[in-house]
Amino acid sequence: MAFRVKSMEKWLMMALLIFGGLLMMVPFIWMIGSSFKPENEFTVIPPALFPQHPTLDNYRDLFTKMDFLVYLKNTLIIVVFSFVGMFLNAMAGYAFAKFEFPGKNKFFFLILATMMIPGQVTMIPTYLIINKLGLVNTMAGIVLPGLVGAFGIFLFRQFMSTIPYDLLEAARLDGAGELRIFFQLMVPVVKPVFAVQGILAFIGAWNSFLWPLIIANDEKLYTLSVGLSLLKGQYGTEYGLQMAGAAFMVVPIIIIFIFFQKHIIEGYTISGMK
Amino acid sequence: MLKQWNKHKMPYLFIAPAVILLTLFSIVPIFIALVISFTDMDLVGLADYSNIGGVGFANYVDIFKDPVFLKSMYNTVIYVVIGVPMVVVASMGVALLLNYGTGWLFKSFRVIYYMPSITNIVAVAVVWGYLYNGSYGLFNHMLSWFGLPAQQWLQDPSLAKFSLILMAFWKAIGLNMIIFLAALQGIPRTYYEAAEIDGATGWKKLRYITVPLLGFATFFVTITTLIGWIQFFEEPLVMTKGGPLNATMSMALFIYNNGFQLSKFGYAASGSFVLFVIIIIATVIQFAVKKKEVEY
Repeated sequence: MAFRVKSMEKWLMMALLIFGGLLMMVPFIWMIGSSFKPENEFTVIPPALFPQHPTLDNYRDLFTKMDFLVYLKNTLIIVVFSFVGMFLNAMAGYAFAKFEFPGKNKFFFLILATMMIPGQVTMIPTYLIINKLGLVNTMAGIVLPGLVGAFGIFLFRQFMSTIPYDLLEAARLDGAGELRIFFQLMVPVVKPVFAVQGILAFIGAWNSFLWPLIIANDEKLYTLSVGLSLLKGQYGTEYGLQMAGAAFMVVPIIIIFIFFQKHIIEGYTISGMK
Repeated sequence: MLKQWNKHKMPYLFIAPAVILLTLFSIVPIFIALVISFTDMDLVGLADYSNIGGVGFANYVDIFKDPVFLKSMYNTVIYVVIGVPMVVVASMGVALLLNYGTGWLFKSFRVIYYMPSITNIVAVAVVWGYLYNGSYGLFNHMLSWFGLPAQQWLQDPSLAKFSLILMAFWKAIGLNMIIFLAALQGIPRTYYEAAEIDGATGWKKLRYITVPLLGFATFFVTITTLIGWIQFFEEPLVMTKGGPLNATMSMALFIYNNGFQLSKFGYAASGSFVLFVIIIIATVIQFAVKKKEVEY
């Protein structure tokens, strides 16, 4: 009897899980299916999930009607800079974890305090600063404000604090320079944090929208998401093109996520979120 | 002084890039925002700072007389009151379901539930805009299966808010569910075994062990979700631009519009401080409520 209740419960749980999951999937299925539809299938009632005559025209149009190749290039540049930023976070985290220096706690508090400031407050002044520096409509203006982040620094510091000093002292006695110790000793040891931070940095940079939208006036600097919002405005009724653009943004990130998802989920355990 | 510098040169060099960038783009801006919120800074002022004049508290007085700002405050309250409980309960529920088993099915669905939260907001807007389409959208078609009339999801002022909430809800579950999942996996099995010996059933175990032990995770998710929804911004920006008739205008979008569309930098900055104060108050209340609860 007890066994039967238990197994009923399990079936119910699985049914709920699958039902909810399918609902979550609807927008993705709709996007992928529609991105292969030719233009005349969009006004068919009732709407079908999948195309009757699949076509790649929508994807081709992304590169002929729009400059998606340029947007892709810009997005990848931002991704590369986000990795640079990650190393800057790691260096700062390393200094806070493994060095004693005057003002250490004050600096660390300053960094943590930035986590509490809402983006809407800093948005306008940051734009004014970028403007004053003459960086409006430049890649530097897009990248610099978000290059480093308090949360990343905090995470690196937490993890690096657990590494014994002996290891560092031994390297110093061997005459290794501090930079070399950082890159050749610390970086390999904290690889799991780099894995998590690297994926999160990639996702963040790939999806970056608001700051490029504010800073880039020139289409040459548009990222994929800004380009996609332009597409939404310009080709408001061409759903095939829109769906292809959305799929072009979403599918790569999902593939990367599926490959690395184990690290991301572990990452939340590392960050002490218990 | 020089001796100190030489001794501690390396750590200072290590933290320098991060400290400089965060100071320049997070700490300094907050002071600039405070100062310009008492001025009439606009595009003319941006071109030549000598055109900026102090206006005292006028921006702060005017903003509370601005019907659009008041409307945006009301909308933000609706977003928070409906959105936050929905997200917290659903992400905890999904985490419990996912934690129920360990097979491939559970692992795959973990990915599926997480996917929306890594999906770009513009892509989400594009796809959901089409799902919500009045004539050719999937949602109206699904309603017709149940004999329900077609809806103008984004054009109807009273429905548009809820359409945005539904979309944001879909996107918010994944990240919070992972936080609950990490917390669930930290609960020792022995607690459940002890309860089973005492004859506790599934529901009782959930009620008296799991949910109380999720206390900290629930607190964390609630507070981050609350702060996030007070700043509700990207969804109305990309879906409706605050329309129809400002029905979806949030406070954050109001600030953005005044700053970057209307170039009223001073006025927008004062709005951003009102928002900041509201966030601080909400956070303090959360911590006060938390303090009253029992710690496990």
